[in-house]
Amino acid sequence: MNRIVTPLFSGLLFGAGLVISGMADPSIVLGFLALGPGWNPALALVMGGALLITAPGFFWLRRRRARPFIADQFVMPPTRPVDHVLILGAALFGLGWGLAGFCPGPAIVSAGLGQGAALLFVPAFLIGGKIADFVEPRLRR
Amino acid sequence: MNLVLALLGGMLIGVSALLLYAVEGKIAGISGIVFSATGSERVWKLLFLGSLIAGGWLAIGAGAVMPRAPLPASTEGIALLSLAGVSVGLGTRLSKGCTSGHGVCGLARLSPRSLAAVMTFMGVGMLTATALRYAH
Repeated sequence: MNRIVTPLFSGLLFGAGLVISGMADPSIVLGFLALGPGWNPALALVMGGALLITAPGFFWLRRRRARPFIADQFVMPPTRPVDHVLILGAALFGLGWGLAGFCPGPAIVSAGLGQGAALLFVPAFLIGGKIADFVEPRLRR
Repeated sequence: MNLVLALLGGMLIGVSALLLYAVEGKIAGISGIVFSATGSERVWKLLFLGSLIAGGWLAIGAGAVMPRAPLPASTEGIALLSLAGVSVGLGTRLSKGCTSGHGVCGLARLSPRSLAAVMTFMGVGMLTATALRYAH
């Protein structure tokens, strides 16, 4: 029981944060990504606000906790190497983000709110993930 | 667009990611959770994704502005949106993270991979959106 409370609560906060911040609206996101007259810097505050919490929080956990409060260990995704697959992937992500104004979280929330563009974007996103499973071994050869 | 709401919403996302890491030791990276949501550990991942949507509903119910994203009217718009979706799926799977996993969590973990990814997707995202704006 206590193993499902945290993911549930964490998901609720995350989804609410995406909507409240404006991040779930692609026109606001594109207003930030597209530079020029009328540029809207607000979205820098979304990642800034999140990092204001996670940066000191993760630092504190690293210093003070050998293990999480309930689980046995912290998941530690590799922090290196910075290789061509990482950069190519991030560039393709940026390309799609700049075209549509959706990154994965906001697209899922927006689809859940019944927005047509997101309902098309999310299946296309899943297909892109499947293509990656085919492409990645070839990129690493 | 309200700067205070952007900051507040961002902080809620930060609290969410910190909570999941502190209690369960898991990274709140949306692309990673979606791509592995039918594999092992699918229970918490599906719960998280379901409550992500429920959180959006709750925010609207509490008075937040409904995000508007109608389907494009033109065939060209539909094609571009589909292409964008494939590109985001392919890209986040290859780089193993998106705005949340690399941005919110990876930067906080001081990961060089995440810093490189964030600088790349921010840069390319801005270039693309700016080019698209002036092309119209």
